Amino acid sequence: MPSLSYVAAVNRALRDEMARDERVCVLGEDVSQGITGLTKGLAAVYGTDRVVDMPLSEQAFTSLATGAAIAGQRPVVEFQIPSLLYLVFEQIANQAHKFSLMTGGQAAVPVTYLFPGSGSRSGMAGQHSDHPYSLLAHVGIKTAVPSTPSDAYGLLLSAIREPDPVAVFAPTLLMGASEEIDDDDLEAVPLGSARVCREGTDVTVVAVGHLVPVALQVAEGMAGEASVEVIDPRTVYPVDWETLGKSITRTGRLVVIDDSNRMCGFGAEIVATAVEEFGLTVPPVRLSRPDGAVIPYALNLDHALLPDGRGLAGAIRAVLR
Amino acid sequence: MRLIREFEEHCLEKALAGTIVGGIHPYIGQEAVAVGVSACLRADDVITSTHRGHGHVLAKGADPARALAELYGASTGLNRGRGGSMHAADVSLGIYGANGIVGAGAPIAVGAAWAARRAGRDDRVAVAFFGDGALSQGVVLEAFNMAALWSLPVLFVCENNGYATSLPVDRGLAGDPVTRAAGFGLTAEAVDGMDVEAVAEAAGRAVDACRAGAGPHFLECATYRFHGHHTVEHLMGTKYRDDDEVAGAWSRDPLTRQRDRLTPEAAAEVDTEIAVLIAEAEAFASSSPGSDPGDALDYLYAGLVPARPGA
Ligand SMILES: Cc1ncc(C[n+]2csc(CCOP(=O)(O)OP(=O)(O)O)c2C)c(N)n1
Ligand SMILES: [Mg+2]
Repeated sequence: MPSLSYVAAVNRALRDEMARDERVCVLGEDVSQGITGLTKGLAAVYGTDRVVDMPLSEQAFTSLATGAAIAGQRPVVEFQIPSLLYLVFEQIANQAHKFSLMTGGQAAVPVTYLFPGSGSRSGMAGQHSDHPYSLLAHVGIKTAVPSTPSDAYGLLLSAIREPDPVAVFAPTLLMGASEEIDDDDLEAVPLGSARVCREGTDVTVVAVGHLVPVALQVAEGMAGEASVEVIDPRTVYPVDWETLGKSITRTGRLVVIDDSNRMCGFGAEIVATAVEEFGLTVPPVRLSRPDGAVIPYALNLDHALLPDGRGLAGAIRAVLR
Repeated sequence: MRLIREFEEHCLEKALAGTIVGGIHPYIGQEAVAVGVSACLRADDVITSTHRGHGHVLAKGADPARALAELYGASTGLNRGRGGSMHAADVSLGIYGANGIVGAGAPIAVGAAWAARRAGRDDRVAVAFFGDGALSQGVVLEAFNMAALWSLPVLFVCENNGYATSLPVDRGLAGDPVTRAAGFGLTAEAVDGMDVEAVAEAAGRAVDACRAGAGPHFLECATYRFHGHHTVEHLMGTKYRDDDEVAGAWSRDPLTRQRDRLTPEAAAEVDTEIAVLIAEAEAFASSSPGSDPGDALDYLYAGLVPARPGA
């Protein structure tokens, strides 16, 4: 079976959507050169008027995409660093997101925001190591954090086809990942559909992005000890509450592992809803970055602040006790 | 300039070896800008720098040994191993930091100048270094406006190395930098940024005028980066400059040009002195300890935050 890398899957989704729909265009810094890998080769096929290198003006080009989307285009905007989200928060949260309601439904804003290299980049320090998807979930932007190449393909397809703004985060630690998959098996993955990655009966682990393979490995390693169900929500907004609810109600135990800061992070939302709605039998545990985390440069300090498999194994044992 | 060049060559080697994690944005080729401008500054002046910041930080007087230790993640580093290449700072020397966000330093420099005025010390100058790409950032233009509006002693130094990553300046920038800056009311001029004496001469005039209360200045320094945008660039399969162009730039190497102005003895003396400094820096950095992972959140807040339950 052919092997598909995460980066190639995103690239493939962009190619396929550009071929299918001529309104789809790609805007961003160095996109014609494909510096992040995601847009490599697109300019040669679709031209530099559809794959457009932007000046270093993120705020303007984010809202340029909003204007173009209202006027009928389907822009995909790539940001070189996830923390550029902080620059363009106004343009996404206050403009693109609000346009539909504020105009009484006159206009939709079908823009896709791509954030490659999200999360720690091991040695890129404070301003290049954030993984800020929880912020967009909080605002209510539809937001995907695909954990496999085929999900990256399928979720990006859905993102581009969605009539609303959608953000897609590609975690740094997955960008080198690959998967054996037939081209014919690549398909759109609906936003808001979780995947049960591994079935189990004792405890539900909800893991996001690069922590999904970590959770699967931990679950396998603990197979003799406990039957661990692993769920990948795939989109952090909207959340597939039905799939999560079924699992958590059945196991009665929940651990969430999520690479957000703890305060008001995605993990907090899952835990809160589970407590309110899903009849937990023991208190849930969430693993995250600490409150207010700023990732230090030195590698050992960087790693010390990130949720990991060892912590997850401990948390699973704690809820089983 | 020799110090910066040798420091950067050493870093290239150590980034390749993995001693420096995260790679660096090498300053090689642009040394004349940092050195020419910093030669006109006093210890109590302030600078803000960029992702390509080693040159500015060293030229403003940071200890090369502690700068290297920072890149090794050591607790003896300028930022105690917390900042690395893109955040190297020594606030006690007026170095308000390299910066990972393009254009971010410009308004910080304006703030430093504004504070100096409030403190009755507006003979202090703040210099904002940034690249050609940063001229497309809204905050940089907003900073121009405020500096001009309040006639603050700020020198904006635009290092035009022809590219923002892979984007040639003529595909990123409408008009030219000097005209743009002049449009905001800055006193603006362009200079050969690969000639350290030309930079020092122009910067000297600008800094003196800033100190004398003549308002903000802008210097466009035409320069070139001899290496890739970042040390991992070769992995990205990009091609945006042809080899002749890069070779042509080497023929204007600011170090060679300055060397030709020195006697061979004087040049050799500089080389020896710098070789010793680099060897000492390496010895210091490589023997410095790291930090305890339990201290990863040290310095997060200057004030107190109550612990949360369970933590
Ligand atoms: C606001 C922002 N946008 C994008 C980036 C990613 N990035 C880092 S350096 C760079 C190019 C900067 O070009 P220029 O200002 O000319 O400086 P140079 O690299 O040439 O020294 C880009 C796009 C960033 N760090 N910050
Ligand atoms: Mg540049």
